[in-house]
Amino acid sequence: MIEIVDHPIDVNALVRCDDAGAAGGLVLFLGTVRNKTRGKDVAKLEYEAYGDMALHELRKIVEEGLRRFEITSIDVVHRVGTLAMGEVAVAIAVRAPHRGASFDACRYVIDTLKETVPIWKKEFFEDGAVWVGDRP
Amino acid sequence: MKVKVLLFAALRELAGESTLELELDDGATLADAVTELASRHAALKDHRFATALNQRYSPTSAPLADGDEVALIPPVSGG
Repeated sequence: MIEIVDHPIDVNALVRCDDAGAAGGLVLFLGTVRNKTRGKDVAKLEYEAYGDMALHELRKIVEEGLRRFEITSIDVVHRVGTLAMGEVAVAIAVRAPHRGASFDACRYVIDTLKETVPIWKKEFFEDGAVWVGDRP
Repeated sequence: MKVKVLLFAALRELAGESTLELELDDGATLADAVTELASRHAALKDHRFATALNQRYSPTSAPLADGDEVALIPPVSGG
């Protein structure tokens, strides 16, 4: 499953879908909305995506993850729209027979996602809002 | 040729529009599209961005064709 959604992510559904029961372990990463950035209180976040290209880049990451690590499957769901404190922005589930590879693959997926996937986060503070990473 | 340009995040807010259509000469490259955009929205010149052609990261040397989709990709911050 590789999806971009504009509603709360169903983490239970992500954890549930394992057809063959072949994987002995599952590593789940949830990227959640933090309440502070550099000491400033964050009121909310907005995520925006270049949908078709983001899905393509996510598929590339998943394909590469499956190639590099001895794992069974990778599922990624990223949410866009307005998110409040504590809500889940991204969920990554990696299944494998052995846990070492699943931790490594999960780290690879989130690290690469943060570098390459065309999705942007805007942080709203009391005194204004800023797109993360936007520095002239 | 006509190409569609998509702007996102800070660049979209700066330009005040998310989609534009550009009319370019035959043989134009992604760089020419960026130059044309910067002539309409000077503030774009002060921002870093990557470029995409038909939903794939592409260098600005990439040649364009009629109907292409170009996007300016500011520093990403997903996850």
